[in-house]
Amino acid sequence: MKYVDEFRDPDKARRLQAEIARLVPATGATAERPLQLMEFCGGHTHTIFRYGIEQLLPEAIELIHGPGCPVCVLPMGRVDDCVTLAERRDVIFTTFGDAMRVPGSRKSLLQAKADGADIRMVYSPLDALHLARNNPEREVIFFALGFETTMPSTALTVLQAEADGITNFSLFCNHITTVPTIKAILDSPDMRIDGFLAPGHVSMVVGERPFDFVAEHYHKPIVITGFEPLDILQSIWMLLRQLTEQRHVVENQYARIVPAGGNAAGMDAISRVFELREYFEWRGLGSIDHSGVKMRDTYAAFDAERKFSVANIKIADPKSCQCGEVLKGVIRPWECKVFGTACTPETPMGALMVSSEGACAAYYNFGNLTELMAKRKAVNA
Amino acid sequence: MNTLQPSPVPPLSEMRQRNDKLKTATITLAHGSGGKAMRDLIDDVFVRTFDSPELALLEDQARFPLAQMTALGDRLAMTTDSYVVDPLFFPGGDIGKLAVTGTVNDLAVGGAIPLYLTCSMIIEEGLSMDVLRRVAASMKKTADEAGVRIVTGDTKVVHKGAADKLFINTAGIGVIPTDIQPGSERARAGDVILINGYVGDHGAAIVDARGEMSLQNTIETDCQPLNTLIQAMLEVCPQIRCMRDATRGGIATVLNEFASASDVCIRVNEAALPLRDEVRGMCEILGLDPLYLANEGKLVAVVPVEFADEVLSVMQAHPAGVDSAVIGEVTATPQSSVILSTLFGGQRMVDMLVGEQLPRIC
Repeated sequence: MKYVDEFRDPDKARRLQAEIARLVPATGATAERPLQLMEFCGGHTHTIFRYGIEQLLPEAIELIHGPGCPVCVLPMGRVDDCVTLAERRDVIFTTFGDAMRVPGSRKSLLQAKADGADIRMVYSPLDALHLARNNPEREVIFFALGFETTMPSTALTVLQAEADGITNFSLFCNHITTVPTIKAILDSPDMRIDGFLAPGHVSMVVGERPFDFVAEHYHKPIVITGFEPLDILQSIWMLLRQLTEQRHVVENQYARIVPAGGNAAGMDAISRVFELREYFEWRGLGSIDHSGVKMRDTYAAFDAERKFSVANIKIADPKSCQCGEVLKGVIRPWECKVFGTACTPETPMGALMVSSEGACAAYYNFGNLTELMAKRKAVNA
Repeated sequence: MNTLQPSPVPPLSEMRQRNDKLKTATITLAHGSGGKAMRDLIDDVFVRTFDSPELALLEDQARFPLAQMTALGDRLAMTTDSYVVDPLFFPGGDIGKLAVTGTVNDLAVGGAIPLYLTCSMIIEEGLSMDVLRRVAASMKKTADEAGVRIVTGDTKVVHKGAADKLFINTAGIGVIPTDIQPGSERARAGDVILINGYVGDHGAAIVDARGEMSLQNTIETDCQPLNTLIQAMLEVCPQIRCMRDATRGGIATVLNEFASASDVCIRVNEAALPLRDEVRGMCEILGLDPLYLANEGKLVAVVPVEFADEVLSVMQAHPAGVDSAVIGEVTATPQSSVILSTLFGGQRMVDMLVGEQLPRIC
């Protein structure tokens, strides 16, 4: 298949694998003290597990699966707010598919749907707007979720609704931003990450420059990375080259999609509709300053939070849940106390077990569970 | 003298053959009331279309001779399944075809020769009579292809909203020949895994037919009866270890069932897996995994390695198995697991699906 198979070529993978193995010793990393490279984005995590990329890497490289799965980091209180909105009789609540299963303190959207709430899965915010047009007597709320990748499409949908004079459409805005979160991870005291694979689709919107601070201020190499398996291997190789040459700059492996300056039209739509929140709550990471956006006052008429006075409930993560430590690379997913026992994909306790992009769910689904549990016993012994 | 003779009263059976009794264009609650409207519906749509002697007697049960069955084997197989697919008609098939193939295949993968089917319909009032006729005709056509008869049935009509258009339940009875006993606990290290063609076609066709995606493609369901294919396979290899049709949950689910019941490891080679470009493309766009997509005419079989070539060539010679392939093998460890060797050269576990397969956000 064109534009897909070229980036999954096993021969090229073997050549990159050999090059990576050749570069690693020069970084000084060993199996006992491996290099820790973080892929920020959940899409990368998914590719890494789907293609078994970890097995192609030397033991001296450890991949840390970052917090870039917007579904996973959604705090329980926000899910409760969603359920409350969705349970209103005058509301059709629309959402992307993988947000359906995220547990709230009372129930997930999937359970709310079974209990009678009118919740519909959509593939685009425009589908939600279409529903609003066809159901003028009901309010259609779109559960706006995701990093800068999905922000332009929600912003443009609001602008479209405004232009068409549609008054029964609103967003429950839970968009989050990448840069403050990477910064929070880098500032965390128990953190020792050696390099970053930066999110390719976020970069497609925001461009290369917002990541400069990682290289300039924190002196870490960072490579903007695509989502096919060869993209990931090539980016790891590029990080290693920077590390061996003791450079730390922003490089763009995903240039076929990411222009250096990003997408001006997309950024313009974002800044017309959204502004930064003072802080936003993340599952596993706690509150991070400026890490979310809300709707500007001009668009209050399309803001479900203002239209329906959302309670904005705060619910602490379960105590036994160690998602935060996993997100920062302090422990591996299978070292968590509840991994595979109290916390499974059927009954996720923590964020990372929820979506297939979450590191724990990925290990659970794609890893050898017996082997992982044995390893955990060895670590805890 | 009047030479005109009074016309004789036609026999009842002939009256039942008349096709112009039903004047209404839609199903109403009266058609499920047990009265004349229901009788007309049964006569006109079901008895006439299904055309089986057992059904035409209109007794409360179908009766069939034991001797004919015992001549075929030493055990009976029985199964039941309900069909609630939406939409009722989709590229390459419809709910009626599905209701026959699904039950026929559930019997056949147990090694049974399917013989008789029941047909229960739960109809939402307001369904068009034409839709019901088309579904019944499709059931009859498929039953003929599979060599089975629909011998008894039931009709219920429910209030608007109490069911979605039309639900069908079929149960089936078949006979298992002596010495044939495939079972999911019988896979052994060294066996090979066979499939009779492209995976995921049905699931992809249904996603497409729901029209939610505005994708334009040409994927048709793979819905087909598998009993004659399976008979041909069993003729050359009565020792087939395990056999299941990979319906909901896809081949990933069936392979996991084999691996855990037999306490073995099943290793699948992604490069060998028959997958249409259209299905693969749709999965790439929507973030779905074809291993979990439903099939309605695909069986997965585990056979001893010494029979693999012969079984494969018999399968490929049958119309329902032209694109058959060997997709993997059984090893002893790690027990109870399914491992996929990816096209890319890595390996990953293939687990049972948790809940529904949900598309990813980005």
